[in-house]
Amino acid sequence: MPQARTEERPELERIAKRLRHHIVRSTTEAGSGHPSTSLSMVEVVTVLYFGGVLRYDSQQPHHPSRDRFILSKGHGAPGLYAVLAEAGYFPVDDLMTLRKMGSPLEGHPNMRRLAGVEASTGSLGQGLSMGIGHAHAARLDGSDYRTYVMTGDGEIEQGQVWEAAMHAGNHGLDNLTLIVDRNRHQQTDAVQKIQPLDPLAAKFESFNWESREIDGHSLDEVTGAFHWARSISGKPQAIIARTIKGKGVSLLEAAQEKWHGKPIPVEQEAKALQEIGADL
Amino acid sequence: MSFGLSRLPFEIGPATREAFGEALAEAGVDENIVVVDGDVNNSTYTNKFKEKYPERFFNVGIAESNMIGIAAGLAAAGKIPVAATFSTFLLSNAFDQIRMSIAFPNLNVKLVGTHAGISIGEDGPSQMAIEDVALACAFPGMTVVVPADGPSTAIATHALLEREGPTFMRCGRPGVPLLYNSASEFQIGKANTLREGDDITLIANGIMVAMALDAAEGLAADGVQARVLDMHTVKPIDTDCIVKAANETRAIVVAEEHLAYGGLGSTVAMVVGEHKPTRMAFVDIGDTYATSGKPDELLEHYGLTPGAILDAARRVLKD
Repeated sequence: MPQARTEERPELERIAKRLRHHIVRSTTEAGSGHPSTSLSMVEVVTVLYFGGVLRYDSQQPHHPSRDRFILSKGHGAPGLYAVLAEAGYFPVDDLMTLRKMGSPLEGHPNMRRLAGVEASTGSLGQGLSMGIGHAHAARLDGSDYRTYVMTGDGEIEQGQVWEAAMHAGNHGLDNLTLIVDRNRHQQTDAVQKIQPLDPLAAKFESFNWESREIDGHSLDEVTGAFHWARSISGKPQAIIARTIKGKGVSLLEAAQEKWHGKPIPVEQEAKALQEIGADL
Repeated sequence: MSFGLSRLPFEIGPATREAFGEALAEAGVDENIVVVDGDVNNSTYTNKFKEKYPERFFNVGIAESNMIGIAAGLAAAGKIPVAATFSTFLLSNAFDQIRMSIAFPNLNVKLVGTHAGISIGEDGPSQMAIEDVALACAFPGMTVVVPADGPSTAIATHALLEREGPTFMRCGRPGVPLLYNSASEFQIGKANTLREGDDITLIANGIMVAMALDAAEGLAADGVQARVLDMHTVKPIDTDCIVKAANETRAIVVAEEHLAYGGLGSTVAMVVGEHKPTRMAFVDIGDTYATSGKPDELLEHYGLTPGAILDAARRVLKD
């Protein structure tokens, strides 16, 4: 049976650092990819996979009663692959095959090629609807598995997200949790300049969701939010995780609007890894 | 005398959409089957399933993108979802969702588009799916079926539900001539030879099959024996049957209620061109949107009649 994995706080911190390390190294090796998008989601996926939340068994990746995590913001693939490798779905060394010909670690997640990937994504806005499908299936089967979906904040400019939000609220899908990685930047500029989203929590609440905003880099707040989400009955839950695009690497943090979809240059990789300070 | 579907020498049976709805309700004994609807279940006849299995029926509202995403999630969780709405809203509105959420991950979702073609009539061009077969065929791995009548639609519905992988079936609005019965031989991917002949081959699907049979009678009066193939499956196309026809008859006419580009005609031409170049002619809507009108008026105006097939056949045989 899939089980949640619960690590102590110091280990969670070490895992988060390792994920950042993997993200930087794999994208720099690939020479392309979205490290800044991946770095903003690190604490959320660390807690999800190692902080007693997601019930999974990497040796039985298709077990029917596993919890599901769908990365709707598919360009965060390096972050997803990093956590899947740490969770035992495939060897950590394989991370360095990211985006290379023949590797199942494609530029965006492909559920048919890599165990642990629950949905093929990359055309933004579609993951929440897929999550609803899983949530309905769980209800029909009388199964208690939960479905977690992560979108970006720029991503929710897509109309389909709001079709899905209306539907999930209408059906009271309390086995469905959305995490919005609110890193406040999209490809060309700040979300606030392109299509302001606030008040975001209120938008979800008006669609019959429960929502809460947290510091998405605080392991404690992320842990608390997932506990809170599980305690809600009768409504889906939206966790709006305030994050920083490129978190942990000063080069990326200093100019968040410039680094979308760009790897750290080889000559700056060592400094970035030093800043992350991974204790491997 | 102007054209009329009901003037063809066949009894008019149910609309293919209605036969689909009834077959789906019948198939619903399988508890894995779930239905997602874009608030048109009384038009697609999925309401027959809804009445029997309300807990497995989801009307997602007028939100085709979300409908397709939900179907994908249900399939990934092991269900057999049927996503049915008007064919133009299904393929045109939710094209990217079908691509990303269903076709690319090769999920077992059964797409059914109704109200296809210009024979929907008065509602007009915004509701007419005339690009849908081309769009559906564009997805790698998608099975695409366009049945001709009620009984064959019922058989196709059951067959598609049993077939693993993404599928699309195209249904129409009006009642159509009865060509099959529930015991007829009908296999996905295998064309049915409805009339033997060695002079020319008429290949059709959907409502054009009955018209091709009628045109074959006209050709017989000329002393020309026409073979008539119901090419209900556009993808995967029955290559063997087409090559045989190209080898054994002098010319091929393809008739479909669809635009000229990317549908049955293009698919058959690809096979013929590769295996046995043969003189061909095409009867279709051409390269234009239609207008409102009565179904029979529209079919006549846009050249989808037995007479148009007959003319095309005479033309290619003369060359």
